[in-house]
Amino acid sequence: MRENIALAFQGIWSHKMRSVLTMLGIIIGIAAIITIVSTIQGTNEQIKENLIGAGNNVVTVQLNQNGYTYDMSWNSIPDGVRVVTDQTRQELESIDHVEKVSLYTSRNYAQQVFYKNTSFNGEMYGVDENYLSVYGYQVKSGRGFTKADYEGCRKVVLVDTNAVTSLFGGEDPVDKTVEIQGDVYTVVGVVALSEEFAPTITSMRDYQLYADTSSGAIYMPDTTWPTGYRFDEPQNVAIKVDSTDAMTTAGKAAADLLTENQIVDPDNSEFDYRSQDMLEQAQQLQKMSESTNTQLIWIASISLLVGGIGVMNIMLVSVTERTAEIGLKKAIGAKKKRILLQFLTESAVLTSLGGIIGVVSGIILAQLISSMMQIPVSISPPAIVIAVVFSTLIGVIFGMLPAIQAANLNPIEALRRD
Amino acid sequence: MAILTLTDICKDYQQGKEAVRVLKNINLTVEKGEYIAIMGPSGSGKTTLMNIIGCLDVPTSGTYVLDGKDLKDLSDDALADIRNTHLGFVFQSFHLLPKMNALDNVALPLLYAGVPQKERRERAAEALKSVGLEDRMTHLPNQMSGGQCQRVAIARAMVGKPDLLLADEPTGALDSKSGSQIMEIFRRLNDEGMTILMITHDAGIAECADKVYKILDGELHTGDGKGGSTDEEA
Repeated sequence: MRENIALAFQGIWSHKMRSVLTMLGIIIGIAAIITIVSTIQGTNEQIKENLIGAGNNVVTVQLNQNGYTYDMSWNSIPDGVRVVTDQTRQELESIDHVEKVSLYTSRNYAQQVFYKNTSFNGEMYGVDENYLSVYGYQVKSGRGFTKADYEGCRKVVLVDTNAVTSLFGGEDPVDKTVEIQGDVYTVVGVVALSEEFAPTITSMRDYQLYADTSSGAIYMPDTTWPTGYRFDEPQNVAIKVDSTDAMTTAGKAAADLLTENQIVDPDNSEFDYRSQDMLEQAQQLQKMSESTNTQLIWIASISLLVGGIGVMNIMLVSVTERTAEIGLKKAIGAKKKRILLQFLTESAVLTSLGGIIGVVSGIILAQLISSMMQIPVSISPPAIVIAVVFSTLIGVIFGMLPAIQAANLNPIEALRRD
Repeated sequence: MAILTLTDICKDYQQGKEAVRVLKNINLTVEKGEYIAIMGPSGSGKTTLMNIIGCLDVPTSGTYVLDGKDLKDLSDDALADIRNTHLGFVFQSFHLLPKMNALDNVALPLLYAGVPQKERRERAAEALKSVGLEDRMTHLPNQMSGGQCQRVAIARAMVGKPDLLLADEPTGALDSKSGSQIMEIFRRLNDEGMTILMITHDAGIAECADKVYKILDGELHTGDGKGGSTDEEA
């Protein structure tokens, strides 16, 4: 076999021009596929990062009514839905891949919230101790909530940076007081998403989502929540999981568990819990970009097919040219299999070489496209391995016919012709 | 002891719709150590006979026993094995592989016999030495004269220690000086015990053999008692 490979390289080297032209089809096909796959991968990873935020693997599980998120801004406490208990919370924490669980109550549209004469129409949250760390918020100034805040049901709030702008006009809000539902609350700190978790905006839809929350959010301890709002509101749940890939399954499991535990008669209720999984949305976007690119891969495959036929053609010529060599080898005792292997090896080496050159040019092309058109690329090692193996396979498949022809050559005919 | 026995060998070729009988009831026995020439004009069927003896072709009818083994109905690969281990070929146009040097050309049959590389090289070098080409081992065929090429071919034929050396017009492409050199080698090989069967249309070359057969229109005739020494060659 080593001798066959050496022989093949010798043959390819002695017909440099012809070999390069023969490989060209394979090179172009493989280069195109590697480029396309790299851009797909890059785009996918970008989508994932933009939507989910790198590293912030949070799934929000919310109460739904008839498939829509239930917002208590305008609605009363829903019938037949229980408040999440500590026991359920522990069960949620024991789901696979779940790192941390946070319970919170919320209003999408806060009403009767004032600072001096400015009213606030952002979001209002009643949060537990885990909330800030689950979502990746950091206290930028002032302080966070303390145990005493929770135990004493103190009327203290945290505001996010958007609220600083919309409600306080950019003033430092720490130690200022705001009026919420007629009560006076003290702002103790400002929070913001830490840089690394902040999602990037890449589409109109993202922008709208972002715009909705641009008035900002105000957070108070969940123990204080009933003072301003209502007792016994069923909470929503945020769970942080240990890997992005586990988000969907863990989210579904949590939603199922909550539906089972919190909804009275879950089979007939119009209420249930659903996970709002950014990964799922990301995957939908990825599918769209993939399906267009799959078509491109098919087109590139045609180039491989044409390349393969070119290889077959050249190998047939090569067999004819080397009739005397084949005849002599058979005459002095070479068996069919050996001749077959010799030619198969030659065409496989030829196409593998084309495949390797194709991979290299594909990577270069992808980098070029990436730097010129701002498209992210990510070179995937499995794709490279598959491309090289596939090109070898093309050599074996399209080299088969010429190799069989060579192996079956009649030595007399072969020796006579020269 | 007979190396090979041909009994009633016939060979037909299909030419258009009718079969043409190229060999007609050939009977031939070659004993170990014999040096035989088969002479005939072109078209007499001598190359066909050579191909059958060389296991490159199969007869239409008749039996061929080589080294006590009937070769009837053997597969292509089995015949390849027999060619590899029992027979050595020398062709008119040498048939050396142009991209291999002399040593690799000579070692090629040993590769097919499954001999390990180190031993192949040693034996090939030895064979080249025996034809006086120890200083041409790394030369390519196009760097050597016709006579040298034919000596490489002889080394290749002999390297597997065959039972029978088959030569098809071995001097046909050579000038007379190189030709007589080749004949000297054949004579020496025969003296060392090698059985040789040579095909030629040249009476002068046929004379070098101990026994001459004539083939004409597909029929084999015993030669007119030619034999004896070839010392006049030297």
